[in-house]
Amino acid sequence: MVLVKRIVLDVLKPHQPNALEFSQALARVGSDYLVHLTVLEMDENTETVELVITGNAINFEDIQSTISDMGGSLHSIDEVEVQSETNNG
Amino acid sequence: MSLLEQVKFLLRITKTNDIIRRYFVVNGFDGALTMMGLIIGFIVSTPADLSVIINACLGAAIALGMSGLSSAYISESAERQHALGILEEAMISDLHESAHGEASRWVPILVALVNGLAPLVISLLILMPLWLSKAGVQLPVPPLYAAISIALFLIFLLGLFIGHIAKISWLRGGIQTLLVAVLTAGMIFLFAGH
Repeated sequence: MVLVKRIVLDVLKPHQPNALEFSQALARVGSDYLVHLTVLEMDENTETVELVITGNAINFEDIQSTISDMGGSLHSIDEVEVQSETNNG
Repeated sequence: MSLLEQVKFLLRITKTNDIIRRYFVVNGFDGALTMMGLIIGFIVSTPADLSVIINACLGAAIALGMSGLSSAYISESAERQHALGILEEAMISDLHESAHGEASRWVPILVALVNGLAPLVISLLILMPLWLSKAGVQLPVPPLYAAISIALFLIFLLGLFIGHIAKISWLRGGIQTLLVAVLTAGMIFLFAGH
């Protein structure tokens, strides 16, 4: 099994929900997610943000769906860090 | 997310908190002044049966409620659709399934409910003494005067709320709205008293 440990995403989002609410909603997707958001560019109605999400086993589909639920649009996956895990059970 | 949190979230992302507050005050004030005006009109007229007064006031209250509900829904729906269109254009994507799409469907309903219920509920509270009197409950003052007292009290409370929003003295806000009510009552007595 391969676990996603860290992803860096480039996201276009509306100003609302704001950066704090946006990050909090993403952090709520998992029980141990650490979300780091940086606003890269600001427009009249939108902002481009870089999201760095770290966790033990990141569920990318849930992250993507939460981004869409909040009106955001995923532009690119800029970095990923994955780790294989041998299932001995 | 609880229902209340969800509602707060939708109001926050559409920045409609202040619109709802404004609608509540403006239409609540409308309801209270209209009821007070109607009742003063009955006081200065030939004495009418209590049921006639209740029906006239109730008719006006329902009309105010329906007017508030429908006008706010129609105008707020148009505003939300317009705002969503602008955002979709900026995002170059369909946002109907997002929180913004949800807000464009639910916020007009919330705004309409506040705009319609504020005058209706305030009017019904003002009419309470009339119903109580009709039901045979003995009141310390005549029912029409009791209704006017409730109207003035509610208008004063709305003023306190305005004072709280404006961060001015609560009492000053209350006295301001009360003065408007007293002025209105004076004008009705002056013009309708003959």
